Amino acid sequence: MLDVQDLTVKFPSRHGEFTAVQDVSLRVAPGEIHGLVGESGAGKSTIGAAVIGLLQPPGYVANGRLVLGDTDLRSLTPDAAHAIRGARISMIFQDPQTSLNPLMTIEDQLIETMQAHEDITTSAARARAIELLEEIGIRNAADRITAYPHQFSGGMRQRVVIALALCTNPELIIADEPTTALDVAVQSKVLDLIRELADNRKIAFILITHDIGVIKQITDQVTVLRGGRVMEAGPTPQVLDSPQHPYTQALLASVPRLDRKLDRFLVPSEVEEAAPPLVAGVDAEKWLLAGDTTNPVDLEVKDITVKFAGQRTSLFRRAESFTALNSVSMQVAEGTVMGLVGESGSGKSTLAKVITGLVQPSNGTMTLDGAPLPPARQRGRQDAARRTIQMIFQDPYSSLNARHRIGAVLGEPLWLYGLEDDAAKRRALCAAMLEMVGMEPDAIDKYPHQFSGGQRQRIAVARALLARPRFLICDEPTSALDVSIQAQILNLLKDLQDRFGLTMLFVSHNLAVVRQMSDRVTVLQRGEVVETSESEAFFTAPAAPYSRELLSLTPTL
Amino acid sequence: MVYLILKRLLQSFFVMLAVAFLAFSLFRFVGDPVSQMTGVETSVEDRERLRDELGLNDPFIFQFARFTGDLVQGDFGFSYRTREPVGEMIAKRLPATLELGTFALVISLVVGIPAGIYTALRPRGFVSQSILLVTLVGVSIPTFVIGIILIFLFGVQLAWLPTFGRNGTVDLGGWSTSFLTLDGWRSLILPAMTLGVYQLTLTMRLVRAQMMEVLRSDYIRFATARGVPYRQLYFKHALANTMVPVITIIGLQFGGVVAFSIVTESVFQWPGMGLLFLESIRFVDIPVMGVYLVVIAFFFVIVNLVVDMLYVAIDPRLRVKEAA
Repeated sequence: MLDVQDLTVKFPSRHGEFTAVQDVSLRVAPGEIHGLVGESGAGKSTIGAAVIGLLQPPGYVANGRLVLGDTDLRSLTPDAAHAIRGARISMIFQDPQTSLNPLMTIEDQLIETMQAHEDITTSAARARAIELLEEIGIRNAADRITAYPHQFSGGMRQRVVIALALCTNPELIIADEPTTALDVAVQSKVLDLIRELADNRKIAFILITHDIGVIKQITDQVTVLRGGRVMEAGPTPQVLDSPQHPYTQALLASVPRLDRKLDRFLVPSEVEEAAPPLVAGVDAEKWLLAGDTTNPVDLEVKDITVKFAGQRTSLFRRAESFTALNSVSMQVAEGTVMGLVGESGSGKSTLAKVITGLVQPSNGTMTLDGAPLPPARQRGRQDAARRTIQMIFQDPYSSLNARHRIGAVLGEPLWLYGLEDDAAKRRALCAAMLEMVGMEPDAIDKYPHQFSGGQRQRIAVARALLARPRFLICDEPTSALDVSIQAQILNLLKDLQDRFGLTMLFVSHNLAVVRQMSDRVTVLQRGEVVETSESEAFFTAPAAPYSRELLSLTPTL
Repeated sequence: MVYLILKRLLQSFFVMLAVAFLAFSLFRFVGDPVSQMTGVETSVEDRERLRDELGLNDPFIFQFARFTGDLVQGDFGFSYRTREPVGEMIAKRLPATLELGTFALVISLVVGIPAGIYTALRPRGFVSQSILLVTLVGVSIPTFVIGIILIFLFGVQLAWLPTFGRNGTVDLGGWSTSFLTLDGWRSLILPAMTLGVYQLTLTMRLVRAQMMEVLRSDYIRFATARGVPYRQLYFKHALANTMVPVITIIGLQFGGVVAFSIVTESVFQWPGMGLLFLESIRFVDIPVMGVYLVVIAFFFVIVNLVVDMLYVAIDPRLRVKEAA
C-alpha cells in the first residue's frame, strides 16, 4: 500500500548538502507494522517526515518515489498534501506531554480534526469521538472528553493522541517513538493497542524506534538503518534471529539482555570511538589506588520518608503533601552494586538525591561506613560525605557546565576537596583520568558541546572519579544514550567497579541494564520498597507480584 | 481561584503600603514642608505653631498612619503650588492620561499583534523583513524625537492635525472625554501614535518570537500531521498559546504607558498626569508628587491583578485541578 522507492532526503547547509536519507526503499501493507530501527542520526524520523510531507525546512526529498495506494505523494500540491494528512496518513509523536494543545479540551481537538476532513455535524463527531475513546480504553469517555490534556496521565494522554490520529480513519499511521516516554507497564498496553488496531482495522503502521525490544514485540517487518542507509531489511523474526549484516549483529549484541548476565558487552567495532580504556591512564589508576577509593564503604538507609509540599486547592484547607518516599530502608554492602528499579514517580531518583544530600528527608536515618550520615541540611559543605559520595547524572547534555572547558570541569573536585593543590599536577591528573575513561587527553581544552553524548558521559564518570569517591550513584546513566554507546559506558562502569571495588547504587528503569550491572536489586513502587533480593534470584524468580509484572512487561530480545 | 485572588489582593495590599511609605517619606523628609509653605518673613513662633497644627511634631509612626488613613479616605492633601486639593487636580488630569494610554495601547495591539503573526508566519518574506527593519528604527529613536517628527510632518507640513493640547472634550459627569468629538480625536491621534510606537514594536516582536516558538512545538506539528486547516492551526491553536505570555507583558506595558507618558505629554502639551507631574517637580510641589506616585502604583497593581485573572481564564492548567 505504501511504497517507498530509493528515497533520498537532503538538507542543504552552508557547508554543502547533508544527505540524511539515501536510497531507502520500503513497502508497508495494510494491517502490517513496519519497524524502522537505528541509533540517533540514522534517519528514521526523517523517513517518517518525508512520507507525511512534513520535513523540517530546508530539508527536501531529492530523489525517489513515494506512493500511497495509487496516489503519488511527491506530485501533490501543498494543499492536496495537507488534505491527505489526517485523512489518509496520520502520525503519533513521542511525547504525549507535549503533543496535545494544552489550551483546548480533547473534545474540541477531536471534533476539529474530524470536521477538517469530512462533512460531519458536531454532535455526530462528538458521538464518534466518545465511541473511539471507549474503544481505545478510556473509561467514562462521555465525561472525560471535556477534560483538558493536563488532566490525563501520560499513558492516557498517549491514548488520546492515538485517538486523534485514528479519528479520521487513516490508512497509514506513522508512530515516531510512541512509547519512549512511557513506563514499561504503560508502554506494553500502548503497544498492544497498536497491534490490535493493525489487526482489526487493517491500518498500516510505520513504527519508528531505537528500542529493539519494541521491534521484536510487535512489528512484522523491520528495516535497520544506519547513517541514512538501509543496513538490513526483512521479516522481523528473520532479521532478529539470524542477522546477516555485521551492523545488525553488532547492534543486537550491544542490547542488554534481560534473560542472562554478560560479563562484557560486545561493542560494534566500527562505532568504538576511542582506544579501548584501561591500557592508558596508569597515573590516574595509581592515584585512585593511593587514595581511599579502594577502601569501599557500606551504606544503610533506614525508614527514609520524603514529603513534598503539594498544591493548595482551597483557602481553608492545608495543602496536602505528596509522599515521595514512605519509610524506605535499604542496605548496600561494601564493594557491591545495588540496582534500584521502579516506574517513573516511584521515588528512585528521590532516594538517590537523599543519599547524595540534595533532598531533605522528613524522617529516617542513614549510615555510611558505620558512621551516621547527616541528611541534606545538616550535612555541611565540609562534610567528608560530600566528597566520598559522588553522582553521575542521567543527561550528559545538561550535567556539564557548557561554559567551562573540560579541564575546569574535571579539576574542580580536585581543588574543591583539597585533593591536589598544584595546578600543573591537577592538569596532568585530569589528562590521565580522561585516558582512563577512554578519551583523548587533548579533550582537556575543549568545551562540552564538542563531544557526543557518550563522550560526555565518560567525562561525567571521570569527574566523579576525580573526587576519589567511595560510593558512586549512577542515576539512569545511559538512558539518554544509544545502545552501542550505552554498551561502552556500561563496560566502563563494570571495569571500574572490578578494579576499584566501588560501592555503587545503580538507578534505572531499564531492567535489562540493571541485570547486567547489579549484585542486588531493590524494587520501588509509589515510594515504597516492594522487594529486595539477590540480582540473579530476582531475575529468575521474582518474589513480589509487582516485580513479576514489571519483568513480564519488559520487551525482550 | 478564590484563593489565588485573595493571595494576590494581600500581596497588592503590601505593595501599596510600601508605596505609601515611599510617598510619605518623600513628603516628610525631602525638604521641610513648613519652609515650603511659609515665606521668609514668617516668624519662628508662627512656624512652630504651624508645625504643631500640621502634626509634624508627632511621632513618625503616627504621622504615617494619619497619612495612609487620609489616603484611604480619599483625602490627598493640598498642593503647595495651587492650594487646590490634590485629589481634584489628579481627578481632572486622570481622564486625559488614561484615554491617551488606552488609545496608544489599542494602536499597539491592533497593529502589533497582526504584524507579529504575519512576520512569524513568513519570517523570511520581504514584507516581514521590511516591517522588522522599520520597527527597529522606530524603537531606536527616542520618543520625543518621534513626537517632533510627527508634529513636523502632520502638523506643520501637511497641517492635517493639531500639534498640541487636548481639544473638543465633552464632560461626562466629571470625566472629560476626547472620544465623542472629531476635534477630540484629531488632537488625540498624534500623541497616541507617539506613545504607541514603542509599545507596538515590543508587542510585535514579542508576538513574533512567541508564535515562532509555538509553531515549532509538538502539538502544532501533530495538528499539522492531522490535517487541521492552516487557518485554524494558526489562529486558534498557535495564537491562543502565543497570547498566554504576551498578555503579561502587555499588561505591564499598559502600566508603563500610563506611568511614562510624561515625555509624550510634555512634547504635545497634553494636559494629563505626566504634565502635572513635571510641573510639580519644577515647583517642588511634593504633595502632588507623592500622590502621583501612589496613584500610578495603584494603577499598576490593578493592571497586574487583571492580568493574573486573564491568565487563569486562558490557561486551564492554572485552574484548580479537578479529579483526574
